[in-house]
Amino acid sequence: MAEPVLSLRGLSKSFGALKATDDVSLDLRAGEIHALIGPNGAGKSTLIGQIAGTIRADAGEVWLAGREITGHSVAARARAGLARSFQVSSLAMEIPARVNVRLAAQGRAGGSYRLWGSAARDAALAAAADAALVRVGLSARADIPVAELSHGERRLAEMACALALAPRAFLLDEPMAGLGGEGTARLTDLLADLRHEAPILLVEHDMDAVFRLADRISVLVYGRVILTGTPDEIRASQAVREAYLGEEA
Amino acid sequence: MREALVNFALIALLPLVALGAQAAGETYVVTLAAKAAILALAGVGLNLALGVGGMVSLGHAAFFGIGGYAAGIAAHHVFAGTPVIGWPVTLEATDQMPLIWLAGVLAAGLAAAAIGAVSLRTQGVHFIMITLAFAQMVYYLGVSWKTYGGEDGLPIYLRNQFPGLDTGDGMQFFALAYACLLAGVALVWQVARSRFGQALAMARMNEARLAASGISPYPVRLVGFVLSGMVVALAGALFADLNGFAGPSMLSWHRSGEIMVLVILGGVGRLCGPLAGAMLFVALETLLGGLTDRWQLFLGLVLLGVVLFARGGLMGMLAGRARHG
Ligand SMILES: Nc1ncnc2c1ncn2[C@@H]1O[C@H](COP(=O)(O)OP(=O)(O)OP(=O)(O)O)[C@@H](O)[C@H]1O
Ligand SMILES: [Mg+2]
Repeated sequence: MAEPVLSLRGLSKSFGALKATDDVSLDLRAGEIHALIGPNGAGKSTLIGQIAGTIRADAGEVWLAGREITGHSVAARARAGLARSFQVSSLAMEIPARVNVRLAAQGRAGGSYRLWGSAARDAALAAAADAALVRVGLSARADIPVAELSHGERRLAEMACALALAPRAFLLDEPMAGLGGEGTARLTDLLADLRHEAPILLVEHDMDAVFRLADRISVLVYGRVILTGTPDEIRASQAVREAYLGEEA
Repeated sequence: MREALVNFALIALLPLVALGAQAAGETYVVTLAAKAAILALAGVGLNLALGVGGMVSLGHAAFFGIGGYAAGIAAHHVFAGTPVIGWPVTLEATDQMPLIWLAGVLAAGLAAAAIGAVSLRTQGVHFIMITLAFAQMVYYLGVSWKTYGGEDGLPIYLRNQFPGLDTGDGMQFFALAYACLLAGVALVWQVARSRFGQALAMARMNEARLAASGISPYPVRLVGFVLSGMVVALAGALFADLNGFAGPSMLSWHRSGEIMVLVILGGVGRLCGPLAGAMLFVALETLLGGLTDRWQLFLGLVLLGVVLFARGGLMGMLAGRARHG
């Protein structure tokens, strides 16, 4: 089989006595959506943080496209091809979504030490930002300050930032949260397409979306992956029912 | 574009004041206008770190003073007819401002790189305190540097020269300082709109977003800090020539505070805010300073009023809220 795009090997992270990540190994393969589900506090965001570099793992390795990136900074990982959306939107609130997205396009294009020219008038950056905003359906609202956007719109703006990075892999932490029916449907369609450009590690509580989108699902409980499998296998598993789905049913 | 109009008015006001004063024979006011232009230039430089990059530095007096000492040391050696360095290579002194500025700006750039490299590892109050501590170190270096006057500093008996100008003439010196101010405003304007400026602004607004975009915040801030220090150094060199003096007072934390005060008065992050702030500052200093020794108390009250009631400083009052993007 082809080498996975993203590979986690034995990641562990404790907060004091709490094992938030417990020897997690999983792969993200080209072309797939790999959903990561689990109850609140299972350690999903902590795991995403260790992949993106905002949280230092206590042990274990992260590999991207055959290169180890465990020790790399957040920015270096982003340059290596990891695009991450935060569970709680992290955007510059006082400027429009378009400018946030343009900066992601700039990070992708390079030249961030260029002192001449105008970033706002840069046609290539504008086109990249525009394309990303159109794809998430935020163009019409892209020129007002992010602070004036709804939570759902901020999720979309963050998604557009990830798109503008044209990454090798997406790490999306609850992108559907707060979107509402129409937004969720739209984003579901987008993600279904997007997997062919770069695989997606998807943390999501919306089980309908998860089971519709995911090629594989890993179930995280108390920091451990208790099972990885196809949606059918996950649905059929007694252990998963007890540990997680049972709570909701 | 109300802000553009206000900027234009502020930029036009200073030379009008200087010309008017010259016509009325008030040469002292011409000197004050030059002082306002120079302080505004320092503010414009600090604003790049403070307003664009969000780096609250209380250490910029170090760069101001380094620029000042460059002018003072050059003038000192030219006056004494001695070389700046005699051994192992001879470096003759020059009274040519462009060369002095180059030396002062580069020296300040190096100092800013060293100070920034350490300070920018910290944030918030720690950053403020560390930049302050570094500036105090430079201050004591100045005080203990007996070759160059120690705590008495260096008198500049003859202003350094600029090709084609008589710098001893008040109006011509004003024109020079004003041209430097315009160049500083243009530089900061250009830097802010460049790709680098966008990254620097994001370092202020949301560091996590900058890093997630693949741009490391630390070196971006460091470059912004160095550029800012270099602009402030130019202002320091002019200031020394204006006053005919370079000394430790230019390096003291009071000076850092003063530059920051005029940026806040004018409006943090507003391109021409420091112009408004510097003009108000010099006006207050002159008018109130003539009445009472405790004029700084009144300055403090004005500052308090601006911070409390006119968020966004004078520019906020004149031109409305800042536009971003
Ligand atoms: N910085 C931290 N310090 C201490 N404990 C933390 C820290 N971050 C997370 N935790 C704890 O680690 C556990 C995992 O948290 P995490 O945010 O990764 O869960 P999650 O699966 O993303 O939950 P949710 O579905 O609510 O987003 C929780 O018990 C949380 O309280
Ligand atoms: Mg979470």
